Amino acid sequence: MRRTAGLWLLIGLAGYTLLPWYMISGGFWSFHWLGTVFAEDASGLIFALSGRGWLFGPLVGFAVAGGVLMRRGGQLETAQGLVAAGALGLALMAGQGLVILGNGTRFGLFEGATQPGMGAGAMATAAALLFLLTTGVSGLGRGRGDAFITGLIGAVIALVATFVFYPMLFILVSAFELKGGAGFGLSEFLPRFFAPEIWSLACLTGRGLCGAASNSLMLGLATATGTTFLGLAFALIFTRTNFGAKRLLRVLTILPIITPPFVIGLVLILLFGRSGTVTEFFADAFGWEKTRWLYGFWGVWLAQMLSFTPIAFLVLIGVVEGVSPSMEEASQTLDADRWQTFRFISLPLMRPGLANAFLLGFIESLADFGNPLVLGGNFNVLSTEIYFAIVGTVADPAKAAILSITLLSMTLSVFIAQRKWMGRKNYATVTGKADSGRHAALNDGLRWTCYLVALPWAAFTLVLYVLIVFGSFVKLWGYDHTFTLEHYRRAFSIVFRNGIHFTGAAWDSYFTTLTIAAIAAPLTAAVGLATAYLLVRQKFAGKDAFEFSTMLSFAIPGTVIGVAYVMAFNFPPIELTGTGLILIVVFIFRNMPVGVRGGIAAMSQLDKSLDEASITLGANSATTLRRVILPLMGPAILAALTYSFVRSITSVSAVIFLVSARYNMATSFIVGRVENGEFGIAIAYAAVLIVTMLLAILALQLLIGRRKLRRADRIETP
Amino acid sequence: MTKGSVRFEAVTKRFGDVVALKPLTLDIAPGTLVTLLGPSGCGKTTTLRLIAGLESATEGKILIGGEDVTALSATYRRVSMVFQSYALFPHMTVLENVAYGLTVKRIPKEQAHAKAEEGLELVGLKGFGGRLPSELSGGQQQRVAVARAIVLEPEVLLLDEPLSNLDAKLRRHVREEIRQIQQRLGLTAVYVTHDQEEAMAVSDRIIVMKNAEIAQEGSPADLYDRPASAFIADFIGDANLIDVEITKAGAQTEIALLDRRMTLPVASAVTGPAKMVLRPHQVRLSRDAAPDTLPVEVGYAAYLGNSVQYTLVTPVGSIFAITPPQPQPFRMGDTLHLGFALEDIRLVPAA
Repeated sequence: MRRTAGLWLLIGLAGYTLLPWYMISGGFWSFHWLGTVFAEDASGLIFALSGRGWLFGPLVGFAVAGGVLMRRGGQLETAQGLVAAGALGLALMAGQGLVILGNGTRFGLFEGATQPGMGAGAMATAAALLFLLTTGVSGLGRGRGDAFITGLIGAVIALVATFVFYPMLFILVSAFELKGGAGFGLSEFLPRFFAPEIWSLACLTGRGLCGAASNSLMLGLATATGTTFLGLAFALIFTRTNFGAKRLLRVLTILPIITPPFVIGLVLILLFGRSGTVTEFFADAFGWEKTRWLYGFWGVWLAQMLSFTPIAFLVLIGVVEGVSPSMEEASQTLDADRWQTFRFISLPLMRPGLANAFLLGFIESLADFGNPLVLGGNFNVLSTEIYFAIVGTVADPAKAAILSITLLSMTLSVFIAQRKWMGRKNYATVTGKADSGRHAALNDGLRWTCYLVALPWAAFTLVLYVLIVFGSFVKLWGYDHTFTLEHYRRAFSIVFRNGIHFTGAAWDSYFTTLTIAAIAAPLTAAVGLATAYLLVRQKFAGKDAFEFSTMLSFAIPGTVIGVAYVMAFNFPPIELTGTGLILIVVFIFRNMPVGVRGGIAAMSQLDKSLDEASITLGANSATTLRRVILPLMGPAILAALTYSFVRSITSVSAVIFLVSARYNMATSFIVGRVENGEFGIAIAYAAVLIVTMLLAILALQLLIGRRKLRRADRIETP
Repeated sequence: MTKGSVRFEAVTKRFGDVVALKPLTLDIAPGTLVTLLGPSGCGKTTTLRLIAGLESATEGKILIGGEDVTALSATYRRVSMVFQSYALFPHMTVLENVAYGLTVKRIPKEQAHAKAEEGLELVGLKGFGGRLPSELSGGQQQRVAVARAIVLEPEVLLLDEPLSNLDAKLRRHVREEIRQIQQRLGLTAVYVTHDQEEAMAVSDRIIVMKNAEIAQEGSPADLYDRPASAFIADFIGDANLIDVEITKAGAQTEIALLDRRMTLPVASAVTGPAKMVLRPHQVRLSRDAAPDTLPVEVGYAAYLGNSVQYTLVTPVGSIFAITPPQPQPFRMGDTLHLGFALEDIRLVPAA
């Protein structure tokens, strides 16, 4: 403990005295700050000595820690001292950061003082104080006295607190803020929260428009019902029939993961919009009136059904397979026919899984941003209303905050309901015991119902994807179907003159997207798997709350996260807007829950005594993680990498608030083209993205597949 | 305290509201093999994991080699453990597995591998170093696990039900090997099992646990010959527990069994109801009546080759008996007379 603490003390002091304390204009990696001492890029110590006395706070923490370590007291005394030192230093540091901002101070303290956002020096200092604290905690005998474990827990808590809870706090604050800085209260919140523009049900009686929340709820229910139903039909075909083209159905499950969110909407417009191909056809052939039916509830619903049915399918495959075959066999030996077996045995056993798929579809629909943005028309939903409250003609952060709270409370209640009712049941279906026997086949009526419902839908989905490719190669879809490469040329042209020049309009955002996704992916996997490791393998106080808070960002819709980040990270102490860093951070915390889930699943399959053996053989937790656990978790790591890489590329809802001229992302570039009516280039770009992601997935799958094969024969005997 | 000793001072362990270990005080002398024995859920594995540092004590103090290790993490305790599942790392060869503990201590690779080879030789697996654990039989894997634990020269070797995954014949062989290695190296070993025969066979001392506390401790002979409670009598070697009344306590004890009065050559302290311990093989059966015998009826008979086992219906309840094979075994329904030698009988408290 003493050695670890000493090391962190040194690192902290180095960060405090040598590294530039604040964010610096050239960026940390330019190393301009090396040459200068007394400028904007000076260290914390120098700023503290030259007038910003509040920066002595961290030094107080270091001094206490140093004193404790010098005293060489007993183990318990030293540990308590370190905890106190770390906590004191962190509190003083956070306090000054929250009080003294770039353009003034809060709470009437330190009047007149200003400071920029924290930089590398502050980060090193904060990390050192945090780890002094956690090392102290380990010295108290917590976490089995392992400083690495307490440090890891501390780090994950600090990250989630800073990048999930802290920004969420800003939404709460600005929702309850009174006009003109008059403090906080409910007097403005309540009328705005219960305003008809949020909750109105007027559209049901045909006298006007419904509120955004009502619309979101109706859409969510409709989408969740539809996707669950269709998903079940697909899952039954996939697991209970000898349908020939099952592999094709599998492809269907990957598609939504690699599809940029509004591409479906776009293709629907080109087919069913007022001048869409299908609309034109029926207008010409039967003289039907061209209407704008697509722009509203039905269009958004159709697009969401297309986007989220595969997700329900994926969830329900597991559910349907999870029904133990022996139950069905027992039913049949008791003389039940196939329909009775399905109706009275299989279906009731699937009920928790069906409810789970329903709630998942509901959350996805509520959080969906791309489809309503493209197809919504006058049909306002919460996620798009939040966007327009921020980027509309009159920016109204308070309105955005109130809408966000509404949306968040819906998704959170569903999330909590899901965890409470069936979170556990889902895991329990797969036991270690081998269950032989075969699933009962479906009776004819049910089988044909499934075929009739699901197969046309699958065909429809595949046609849409073919049309994406088609649309990217024609001049102007619906009007001029001559073959052209013009869209690709405009987006991705390369000029070879004195070297290679990427002159296409899309290259910038393409490279930025890939770079940021590639940086975010390993970090996401690391944070996710570290959290999973703590959850599966360690016991500590407050573990349930810890698990809940790490999974929470799954329930926070992207638009809400985007608004929260804009509000929280636009000014000191953490000033990130306009940087590439904020994009990386948002991806890490948006995708982290999936990494956590994957990690939990993979780690639960590793015998716990493997780590314990390593520990009792004298390896510490870090070595155990590196030499025993990680090598055995290869596939899970690669899956987490793939998923977070792909999700970073297709994400739009949170990103659209956070892009800047310098760091533009592919999705927001495409949205811009759609808004300008340049559908051709948007579709061409989307097609390129889909191909890029497919290649990435294939490359990683090859790697995963190989590793699995090599390990299979080894892992059998524990 | 010397190297290799283990001492618990009023150690407790709670998981939430569940008490896994009531205040436990124990001393394990260096160089001995001590077995923690008990039914599942009695706290024996928790005790072992507390020694290893895989659990931290809720209260109390743990000393290893005289040094307080209560807050020391498992990594830095000089103990190593053989797991029930062996926990061999499936992605490393046998040699890498055995050398693992040495390499994480930054011992140069050649030196570590040389030592690991010695360890493998000690358990009779020389030349198996290049294989993967999955290519070995269960017994061989078990020996790799032992080798991996002892090459670190731990102060204390912990074994958590090391034989439970082996078949019955192999078990006797491997437990002899473990005992021999422990004695040859003079290791302190703590051995957890729920199999009393295994415990009797390997231990210098046995600590029997029940309901998260120690029920009785002592040498195997102590526990068998002088059980302190009905639980121990039944758990260590089978026993028939028959209700009796102590009529006169003292250096010799007078008891009443039904209407028969006997004087036993054992000491007792109190009079009143008690239980008489009668081991199945101490039961004498005969067709002829004799003084102080009980009339019984054969309820069930099982011929096992080297012995015959009877379940007898008696006025004091059902009694289990084992006899050597007889030329004319008794049959179900036979009426017999049950006797025993007075010096074989032990008395334990009734409750």
